[in-house]
Amino acid sequence: MTEKPKNYSRRDFLKTTGIATGALIGGGLIGGLVGLNVDKDDQHVSDTGNTNHEMGTNGGFQFFQNQREFNVISNATERIFPKDDIGPGAIDLGVPYFIDRQLAGQYGSNTKEYMQGPFAVGAKTQGYQSRLTRASIFRQGIAVLDEEANKRFEKGFSSIEAEQMDEILTAFQNDEIPMTGVTSAFFFRLLRTATLEGAYADPMYGGNRNMDGWKMKEFPGHQMSYINVIDKEKFQKIAPQPLGGM
Amino acid sequence: MATKLPKTDIVLVGVGWVGGIIAAELTKKGYKVVGIERGKERSTEDYFMAHDELRYADRKEMMQDLSKETLTFRHNTTQRALPYREWGSFLIGEGTGGSGEHWNGQTFRFLPYDFEIYSETVKRYGKGKIPKGMMLQDWGITYKELEPYFDKFDAMTGIGGEPNPLPGSPQVKYPNPPMLETPVTALFKSATKDLGYHPYHMPSNNLTQPYTNPDGIARSACQYCGFCERFGCEYGAKASPVVTVLPVAKETGNFEVRPHCVVRKVLHTNGKATGVLYVDTRTGEEFIQEADVVVVSAYQMNNIKLLLNSQLGRPYDPVTGTGVIGRNYAYQTYLGTAVGFFDKDFNMYAGAGALGAQIDDFNGDFFDHTDLDFLHGATIHITQLGDRPIANNHVPPNVPSWGKEFKDASVQNANRALIIKAQGASLPWQDNYIDQDPTYKDAFGDPLLRMTFNWKDQDRQLMKFMGEKCAEIMKQMGAKEVKMTGDEIGDYDIRNYQSTHNTGGVIMGADPETSALNSYLQMWDCENVFVPGASAFAQNSGYNPTNTVGALAYRAAEGIEKYLKTGGSLV
Repeated sequence: MTEKPKNYSRRDFLKTTGIATGALIGGGLIGGLVGLNVDKDDQHVSDTGNTNHEMGTNGGFQFFQNQREFNVISNATERIFPKDDIGPGAIDLGVPYFIDRQLAGQYGSNTKEYMQGPFAVGAKTQGYQSRLTRASIFRQGIAVLDEEANKRFEKGFSSIEAEQMDEILTAFQNDEIPMTGVTSAFFFRLLRTATLEGAYADPMYGGNRNMDGWKMKEFPGHQMSYINVIDKEKFQKIAPQPLGGM
Repeated sequence: MATKLPKTDIVLVGVGWVGGIIAAELTKKGYKVVGIERGKERSTEDYFMAHDELRYADRKEMMQDLSKETLTFRHNTTQRALPYREWGSFLIGEGTGGSGEHWNGQTFRFLPYDFEIYSETVKRYGKGKIPKGMMLQDWGITYKELEPYFDKFDAMTGIGGEPNPLPGSPQVKYPNPPMLETPVTALFKSATKDLGYHPYHMPSNNLTQPYTNPDGIARSACQYCGFCERFGCEYGAKASPVVTVLPVAKETGNFEVRPHCVVRKVLHTNGKATGVLYVDTRTGEEFIQEADVVVVSAYQMNNIKLLLNSQLGRPYDPVTGTGVIGRNYAYQTYLGTAVGFFDKDFNMYAGAGALGAQIDDFNGDFFDHTDLDFLHGATIHITQLGDRPIANNHVPPNVPSWGKEFKDASVQNANRALIIKAQGASLPWQDNYIDQDPTYKDAFGDPLLRMTFNWKDQDRQLMKFMGEKCAEIMKQMGAKEVKMTGDEIGDYDIRNYQSTHNTGGVIMGADPETSALNSYLQMWDCENVFVPGASAFAQNSGYNPTNTVGALAYRAAEGIEKYLKTGGSLV
């Protein structure tokens, strides 16, 4: 990654401009413009400064309906997997876009899961028992994250401070937030797993941008052979390779 | 109305390891075999995009479509059983090769003790050692009798391994050398030796050198690419039905596979099967395939489901402990582990499904159970499978599961965390069983299976004991911090992946009162139906099941040939 002067993060930018609240200025159009402004007009505003990031911020949504939903997921996943001195966080890795694509497809519509009734609440250890698809659970989860932020801090989720976001996410994780047809702990579990998937899946799925997730973990991705590596005492660094070639 | 098709010699329900072995053996002898397979027909070419963790490991590319069929689950008879709606604790494959395509290749023989577990336990400790409700029983066959069939499976697949140094353990001569020694396996071996144990390299079905098997099938060696479990092998280096037995059967011209077809029932009258009823899922059309012999060769659970749905064999009753279909369901007691955090990096991204070292000192009855509150035991191993980044996020104790601290610790330990696991035996209980669910249905309207299963004190005590052993070894290996599991096991949790080693439900034995099959895997109640597979296990051992499944399939193939010549019960 190229060194860039420390500026404010994309989230800070959204927050200071007031755009992230969504309540003031709704709609993906503005969201799109924000991305353009940030990355095209002033490279220094973006912390990553790579072209993938630029493409991503203008990538459009397959599942999310507006910038507000996207911002809530962006902020929530960033708290789960934050940017810090060891590397990029969920937003710079493209995790929100990864989740958008997943929710628009088979994963979101539960096409390979048994979704026949009757539905009943079981023991946690009996697993997924909601009649809702993952896409519906995420949509509701986003709305409830916003509601909870408004209830506690009189602002939308994307406008509160990082510690306040953590407080709310912890309450979700501890199953303290009422949801309809699903528990908040279940939603949190899905969200956490999807965040890690987006950070580390092959970049063709829209996350793990620039293979930065793999680079952090020194995971070489798709390689044909490690037969000359496997018995070596010393750690062998190998440049990562995605499935699609790059 | 179902269309009746011309009669064949043998019809297979499912084309995985069992179906493949039986097809190869009997088509070579000139018999006509038809294999009905619910999934697609697979080939090595399908795996060129397999190095994709999200698609294969998380989205379960190679597994059955649960939207069509699953099972329900409860911990006990007072709880409401609910469907296993998404994949979790175990993963059942579909398509030709079945679960034999996505396995790891760890290939162990069960112990002589396993096959005679009841007699051996009574002999050494007395009847009083067996707790109330534990349904230990002998298998009706001994290790000695099964040995030639194990040898056949080993030669066909090309296992690489070395003799187990533990005194009293069966000495197996494998056709290929073991997998490579790595810093990880070497460290485990040196630590376990220091502790007085007997480490060895895990027998592997990831080929360790180019190999041509007795059928003339030539395959290349494993490249340690790190994508075995849940993936297909693009090299054909991992033994699977698609690269071993299925091409042999096809070559004879006597084998036909019908993919995308699901068998709903074995048809039978007066104690003899006439064939199977199946549906082509592409058209919805129903067919009857008549056959002299029906081999039920699907995954363990699907074997039980088919027999119950066909009203074949007496369903098991957990209240009285009588009946046989659904009896002795067992799993793998696999939650005793230790994660060790080291100061140095290992090449953990590299690996193979069966690359590992282990000790058998605490498996079977190799150690004295007189003062212990459990029977049987576990094998304790370290493996190097290729630590995939989504699945492996190990953090030391007291680190939260998300946020900056989690991120930093999971990233920093990506190549610095090693795991020792204890693969424990799972013993049968009167109230751990499988029957038909009264409420939920599959895509054809047939009842789903209902699993009633929970851990017992036997499992909890075993896992605690083994977790402590794992931690002891990990400390000896020099980990700066060790996180042990196994001491706080509550209810069985179907959400988290544990093992695709489900066993029992259609067990073999010497007595028709307590078993569904004789020692040829032939049904006591229906002489031309054979049900080889892990469903025949009277209990599960501290080993992976495939080798024993393979040996039973070779045994059944011999039985089927005998039956086709002489008819009648084979014992």
